[in-house]
Amino acid sequence: MTGLLEAQQISVRYGSLAALDGVDLCIHDGQRHALIGPNGAGKTTLLNVLGGSTRPQRGTVRFDGRDVGRLGPAARARRGINRIHQRPAVFPTLTATENVVVAALPRIIPRRRWWPGGRRRAAQRLAGPLLDQMGLTAVAAVPAGHLAHGQRRQLEIAMALAGRPRLLLLDEPAAGLSAVEVGRLVELLQALPRAVAVLLVEHRLDLVYALSDTVTVLRDGQTLAAGTPDEIRTSPLVRQAYADGVA
Amino acid sequence: MRGEVIRRVRGGIAALVLVGLVVAPWMVDDYTTAILARTLALALVGVSVALLTGVAGMPTLGQTAPYAAGAYACAVVGSRVSDVGVVQLVVAAAAGALLAALTVPLVVHARGVIVLMITLAIGELVVIVLGRWRSVTGGTDGLAGIPAIRPFWGLPALANDQARYLYALAVVATLVGAVLVLLRTRAGLVLRAGRDDETRLRASGHRVALHLSGAHIAAGAIAGAAGSLLVVAQQYISPADFGFDTSALLLLGVVIGGTASVGGALVGAALVIAVRDWLFGVLPGHAPLVLGALFVATVYLLPTGVDRARGRLRPPGVPPLRPDQPAAPDQATVAELHR
Amino acid sequence: MIAVAAGTNRIDPYLIPALDGVAYGLLVFVAASGLVFCFGVANILNLAHGLLYAIGGYTAAALLDGGWASLALALAVGVLAAATTGVLLAGLLTPVAAGNHLSQALLTFGVALAGGSLLVAGFGPDNPQVQVPAALEGSVTVAGHRYAAYRLVFIVVAAVLAVALYLVVRRTRAGMLVRAAVDDPEMVACLGVSPARIRAGVLAAAGALAGAAGVLGAPIIGPGTGTADTVLLLSLVVVVLGGLGSMAGTLLAALAIGEIQTLGVALLPSAAPFLLFAAMAAVLAVRARGLAGRWRTA
Repeated sequence: MTGLLEAQQISVRYGSLAALDGVDLCIHDGQRHALIGPNGAGKTTLLNVLGGSTRPQRGTVRFDGRDVGRLGPAARARRGINRIHQRPAVFPTLTATENVVVAALPRIIPRRRWWPGGRRRAAQRLAGPLLDQMGLTAVAAVPAGHLAHGQRRQLEIAMALAGRPRLLLLDEPAAGLSAVEVGRLVELLQALPRAVAVLLVEHRLDLVYALSDTVTVLRDGQTLAAGTPDEIRTSPLVRQAYADGVA
Repeated sequence: MRGEVIRRVRGGIAALVLVGLVVAPWMVDDYTTAILARTLALALVGVSVALLTGVAGMPTLGQTAPYAAGAYACAVVGSRVSDVGVVQLVVAAAAGALLAALTVPLVVHARGVIVLMITLAIGELVVIVLGRWRSVTGGTDGLAGIPAIRPFWGLPALANDQARYLYALAVVATLVGAVLVLLRTRAGLVLRAGRDDETRLRASGHRVALHLSGAHIAAGAIAGAAGSLLVVAQQYISPADFGFDTSALLLLGVVIGGTASVGGALVGAALVIAVRDWLFGVLPGHAPLVLGALFVATVYLLPTGVDRARGRLRPPGVPPLRPDQPAAPDQATVAELHR
Repeated sequence: MIAVAAGTNRIDPYLIPALDGVAYGLLVFVAASGLVFCFGVANILNLAHGLLYAIGGYTAAALLDGGWASLALALAVGVLAAATTGVLLAGLLTPVAAGNHLSQALLTFGVALAGGSLLVAGFGPDNPQVQVPAALEGSVTVAGHRYAAYRLVFIVVAAVLAVALYLVVRRTRAGMLVRAAVDDPEMVACLGVSPARIRAGVLAAAGALAGAAGVLGAPIIGPGTGTADTVLLLSLVVVVLGGLGSMAGTLLAALAIGEIQTLGVALLPSAAPFLLFAAMAAVLAVRARGLAGRWRTA
């Protein structure tokens, strides 16, 4: 059975330290996949490899049946892999709307292709509903640098969705958010269209159980376990790993 | 509401300035008119510097290179092929764009201060080439006796300084208008986004190098067109018109104008060039000394204008966006020079 | 005669330009290493670097009278004057230290402009003559060719200077700090040395190097109104070609430029103006591909 994204035998070393050591990962269309593990397990490194910002020493990454191992972040984004960073990355001097428009441009194909400004107008039409969906309509004309942290997080999700992703890589999206904002974030992520597959890296297990249907546990750069949230919750191996790693 | 008022006031001032510029040649003598025409050409180069420095985030000290390419191409075409202004303008813009395109591989992967260094070297090398390639450029003596142009087929030749000035003004106004329109399209939006955060732009799937190359070539074309205006204004060019000091003056003018603003670049560049011309008139011999002191003083007085250049517009109290990424592009590029 | 010489040995007619290239390259190396320090350690693009060289050159022209003592005096005065100018420049840079490279570059350009004007005011607009020590005024025979004795001695002295520089950077504590700073600009901040003092030290060192190059190199790239620009340009090209990573890179780049400016001109006189361009394009193209290996996709 082939998945949307297949990573095989991924290994990344920094000097003598193996950040990832032969990790396999398979994500299917529309799957909600979570990646957990103690600090230093290699979760963010794996996300970097999948997103294209780190090149592994060994292993292959296939997306939608094609080898994307040699592509950088931009080319992968154009194929439908979008990334949300641990700290919200937005364009500070551009307004919220402009941010979404910029993010939407690479994947927009307007009906009248050669009409001047067609792509921009199409992107603009996309931005309104997305900002509305994220609850940012009131600040649509505010430069993103002036937004609060939680709003910037929401804006970044809107930007990622504007790129029409087939796979969304989320790196600790709840980091630095207040309890209210986290609640809102969970609602937003649960409401994502089913066509979008999600790979979520998260420390907070309550979020993982609320948002995912499959969980992979990494430890010391290797896959420790994989299964449904219920299986993982009850696995003695995982409890042991967390007890070691977190304590 | 307030933004609307500011826009109106700005528009009003721009209109007044334009009217002033149109009637200027009848207010001053011929010599000053010629100087004004030359200043217009340099202000247009300033616009191209602002496009690269402020909008695209590639600070440049080398826009004199496409400027010179355009000027010499125009002079050669003017003397040997055609006296039609539009033809010369197109040829000059093409020459500037071509030179910029040839130098794209040199600058497109560098950032910040390294671009400054590479563009400076390119500009200086072009001046050296101009001085030595005697068969085409006339060497350090330059090219003189370039015939007067006619703006369009069938129109009379521009016989006096007023006419030449108005031609330059019309061309500058047209091109600046085109740049302003261009900046409102998605190209301008993407360039501003790239200045804010290049990594983020790449993460959205944009081909950053392609955008920057496009901006570089467009800026080259504008500078090349300005070169053709210089030929019209002076009817004489030499390598001295394209020296390193001109680049530095234009960069200072653009910084004074707020770096990313096209109008600001026009005003700033014109102001700086006017001060230089005036100083060399009243203080022969000591002008560079005073000019140098003015440089230092201006840099001290203008910290905010310079800050805006890097797009570090960030309200106080908001944490820096991504400390794990190099905040200043310059820092990253220093590391890039190592291998 | 020449035809016979060329017939016996094809390399022969190019020996003198090649030797000149070595002298030229070593001179550019000493001058450019100051700019590399400035840029690598203090992260300042110093557009007044050529001025520092010119100060050395004018000092040599003013003080040299054909004796050895005057050479020693000129060297001391030139190095001191250029280093002092460097410290002054560092002081001027302090208020904009927190700003960005654009303002720093513009400020150093202002200093270069004003300083150049002062030099012309002090020494006159004509290019002054430089008198080398009488003992070195003649020429010596190298492989059957007559060659200016001063240039030969200069090659030796500059080579010694380059080796000394290498030893300082490789072996001493200060050199270690320099290398650490080039590798990681953040690291210097952790050392607890005030940035203002680092700037002053770096610019003084850069001034001393440029000043020494200016005095010793005055018979090769003499003082004049265009000197500062020439030296700045050559130093910039060296930095662009050689990078900041290693002294060997700087030295290779400087020697390459020296050979291009002498041997290149002798071999390809018509293409001479474009050779520096071509070299820069070639090196940057190779390096861009190197960067592509580090994954810089569009």
